[in-house]
Amino acid sequence: MTGLGTAYFYACALLAVLGALGVVFSKNPIRSAMGLLMLILSVAGLFLSLHAQFLAAVQLIVYAGAVVILFLFVIMLLGPTAITSRDHAGLWSRAFGGSLFVLAGGSAIVAVSRAGVGGRATAALTAPDSAFGGIGAFGDILFSDAIVPFELSSALLMVAVVGAVAVARGRQGERTLSKSELDMARSALGAPEGATHSGVFSHESAGAQSLQASGASAPTEEPAR
Amino acid sequence: MIPVAHYVILSSILFVLGGLGFLVRRNVLVALMSIDVMLNAVNLALVAFNRSHLQASHLQAYSGQSHLGQIFAFFVIAVEAAEVAVGLAIVLSLYRLTGTVRSDEAHLLRN
Repeated sequence: MTGLGTAYFYACALLAVLGALGVVFSKNPIRSAMGLLMLILSVAGLFLSLHAQFLAAVQLIVYAGAVVILFLFVIMLLGPTAITSRDHAGLWSRAFGGSLFVLAGGSAIVAVSRAGVGGRATAALTAPDSAFGGIGAFGDILFSDAIVPFELSSALLMVAVVGAVAVARGRQGERTLSKSELDMARSALGAPEGATHSGVFSHESAGAQSLQASGASAPTEEPAR
Repeated sequence: MIPVAHYVILSSILFVLGGLGFLVRRNVLVALMSIDVMLNAVNLALVAFNRSHLQASHLQAYSGQSHLGQIFAFFVIAVEAAEVAVGLAIVLSLYRLTGTVRSDEAHLLRN
């Protein structure tokens, strides 16, 4: 039984780390979303091994059922634009920052693993009550002692829904700026024009600038894609 | 039985991976997913510590063992759902304004 539990933990841990690596290092955001799904499923499995059955169910419903689907909706809506090209601008600063973070985090992991040896953290866990982590205990707490944060979280979700609709919808009658208009606005503000464009839209912005240079009127509508 | 230290080590590994993705990747969608990875890691640590500190509840209405970590993880999940909804709306708005989802092209406020 203990061997089985150990094997279960290590399988879930391996899947979780693989999922996190997939999120971070996938080029395609859909693969990142699939890695996130794998991470979420394995974390739900770890919740089950920690006697948190209700939380595992909530994890599956909210994350796997809502969050990942929302990510997939947005990725599908954006289409091929969701894949950002890999460029080398600022590569060194990013690599430096990332390696500094990994260094700090790795030393924290080593500190945790050394401090956890021979303390209370490695003691054998006693079996909890049969009601521990079940929906009955959660309901008792949520509707008696944790009623104020529970109701506040419902208000938070309401505000988030209204805010998401307001942000995603934009103002009525507002026209989307085209690339050349953005360039003109940036050059009016003094920013270097067209210096930051790369990847998918480089040929479009170059075409718009050549149109401007040849005296033709800049296209005012976003090109259909 | 797996000691709780292993759960905490796994949680910190996942947190470091999520933070690395948030720092290094420029796709806004992947940055949001990295935040999700970090929140999942924190939830795992909370539930593991709740499992290792089984003691009587200090709450008035519930007399069983304490569920503080699990309740906190529950609220983290709720806040996370709100964060993803607003974040994806901002990503869509950014895409309509600039035509891309790269985070380094989101400098409309920079002069």
